[in-house]
Amino acid sequence: MSASSVTTPFPERAAAALKDPFLQEALAIATTKFIGLRREAFAEFPAGDALRDQARAIKEATLQKLDVYLGQLADSVERLGGHVHWASTGDEARDVILGLCRDRGVRIAVKSKSMATEEIELNEALARAGVTPVETDLGEYIIQLAHEKPSHIIAPAIHKTKAQVAALISDVAGHRLAADPEVLTAAARVQLRQKFLQADMGISGANFAVAETGTIVLVTNEGNGRMVTSLPRIHVALMGIEKVIPSMTDLMVFLAILAKSATGQKLSSYTTLVRGPRQPGELEGPEELHLILMDNGRSAQIAGTLREALYCLRCGACLNVCPVYRQIGGHAYGHTYPGPIGILLTAMQKGTESVKELAHASSLCGACRDVCPVRIDIPRMLIELREHLRRDRIAPASERAVFRVFRRLLMSPTAFAFAAPAARMLQRPFVKNGRVSRLPSFFSKWTETRDLPPVAARTFRERWKELQ
Amino acid sequence: MITCLGDLFFPEVGVAMVTLLRRLGVTVEFPQGQTCCGMPLFNSGYHAEAATVARRTVDLFSRSEHVVVPSGSCAWMVKTEYPGLLAHDARQKEAAEALAGRTWELSQFLVEILGVRTLASSFTGTVTYHDSCHLLRGLGESESPRALLRGLPGVALVELPGADECCGFGGSFAVRLPAVSTAILDKKLDNVEKTGADCLVACDAGCLMQMGGGLSRRHSRVRARHLAEVLAGGDA
Repeated sequence: MSASSVTTPFPERAAAALKDPFLQEALAIATTKFIGLRREAFAEFPAGDALRDQARAIKEATLQKLDVYLGQLADSVERLGGHVHWASTGDEARDVILGLCRDRGVRIAVKSKSMATEEIELNEALARAGVTPVETDLGEYIIQLAHEKPSHIIAPAIHKTKAQVAALISDVAGHRLAADPEVLTAAARVQLRQKFLQADMGISGANFAVAETGTIVLVTNEGNGRMVTSLPRIHVALMGIEKVIPSMTDLMVFLAILAKSATGQKLSSYTTLVRGPRQPGELEGPEELHLILMDNGRSAQIAGTLREALYCLRCGACLNVCPVYRQIGGHAYGHTYPGPIGILLTAMQKGTESVKELAHASSLCGACRDVCPVRIDIPRMLIELREHLRRDRIAPASERAVFRVFRRLLMSPTAFAFAAPAARMLQRPFVKNGRVSRLPSFFSKWTETRDLPPVAARTFRERWKELQ
Repeated sequence: MITCLGDLFFPEVGVAMVTLLRRLGVTVEFPQGQTCCGMPLFNSGYHAEAATVARRTVDLFSRSEHVVVPSGSCAWMVKTEYPGLLAHDARQKEAAEALAGRTWELSQFLVEILGVRTLASSFTGTVTYHDSCHLLRGLGESESPRALLRGLPGVALVELPGADECCGFGGSFAVRLPAVSTAILDKKLDNVEKTGADCLVACDAGCLMQMGGGLSRRHSRVRARHLAEVLAGGDA
């Protein structure tokens, strides 16, 4: 995703994605696999549904007293010797990290996978400040090599085929590697080991942060999160303020459903719990720990239309099942967070106008709501966003005019009854073999790829008399 | 209740529903003046406009004992969205809630209210069933249409792989993003053709317009039919 891709209209970005055979192949394989794994994981876990309700209730209760829990989290982290920074915008969060790099002479920063850092375009900012960011999650590492952005919340390189990954890692390794995941992972590991040892700073996100204990929780599969948070002398964790949860008991509820929703695993391979910097007598851990609590549009939605989007665990399950995402992948959305939840998060961070096209990038099929571990009603919020677009007159005037006329038609049975004979007359030149295959102007958007049944010779209401 | 697409494009579905219900001893009325449930307005964010349509519909059907709709999405609209749209007026909200409680998608009405298990239909052939999103996930119904199809003597039901996945219609979505809508449809139709069925059955005019239009464009031998037509019999 480059700046230019966001200026291209969304339908064009989507059309380009539909024509990319590599993307189509990679997406079909990966999303189908994720869907199957998730289904199996929950099928084997009868408690799952009740835990999802419980997780939702915890998120809701936490939002009700978010200020209290954030205060408690900050106190807990500080009591352990960590530093807490409050950032009301993405810019502020970035400045905190850049300031730490400057003051402490950081040259290399290793990163654990974090969408929050993507949200503030941290890598670009670090590079401009002379700090080399190194992504250490394999998927993130791949797209960093490709100079791209993640196209999925948990599987950033989901759009890449094995052959494409092999080419990228071969370049770094300096010799040709087989398109075999094990070989490629081993080669990446060799490269990354060095970076872990050289890095002055480790930057992570946080899947959860426990208010009561000050624990920062990272859920990963590669163990890189553990290295990022323990090897470099400084650990910086950046989290959205909605990631706080009250207690360790609550954490158990989320851990029971998160990996199942995301990858279909019972648990992820690593669950890393970070409590403060290295304590006296401890052998490992960073000398300094900084936790950045970032708002960036979130708190405004606590009482807003997008409130439920603040429950999001960033598992990516809604992307995998979304018929639109499955066809176009993440980059076509043009923002940090793709997929159905991404549309809501983009609106949250960049305003409603930023999603004037994307708000319609959904058939409202509801598959996202069904798989969401905390049952976020994404379709409802998409409809609400469309309502805002109309109310704020961001929706095109032509669209508003069409719907005004449509409403009038529906309010007048006389006009509605007249619509059928009128349409029959107008469609006459276009009906061939009992179907309409080519219509002009706006209607061609349907007939370019699909036939349309002609308006019936007699509508139901016209036939009703003889049915009586 | 016969809503816009059914009235204009698929009147035979309404006729089949009336035939079927009468055969089962139900007295059928068709309140004059009905138009559309208002879902196209609602889904595009025109809520104030949708509310005026909802109010009109609630009034029109105020005297019906049961309201049966051969379309999952229209039934969903009435059942789950009308009360919210009319929430600003206590009396209207109450009327909307009452209507919501009396409104049924056709297959649900047949199975849950009339207790139908088997029907004598002259329809014969191998059919496959597509779960329309609003019926499946909106109203939580997947079993009634299948049970009714299985209960037909001349019909073999084969499961459609990915039956619960969207057909790509999505109302205005189909023309706002036609390329994406069609890509989703193509996947659906590939699955349909793989089943070997000669008839694709669904319970929603929107899906039938989308899938029927796609099948027709690819000159498929598979026909798209509404459940009512299959249950009422007649030739496919």
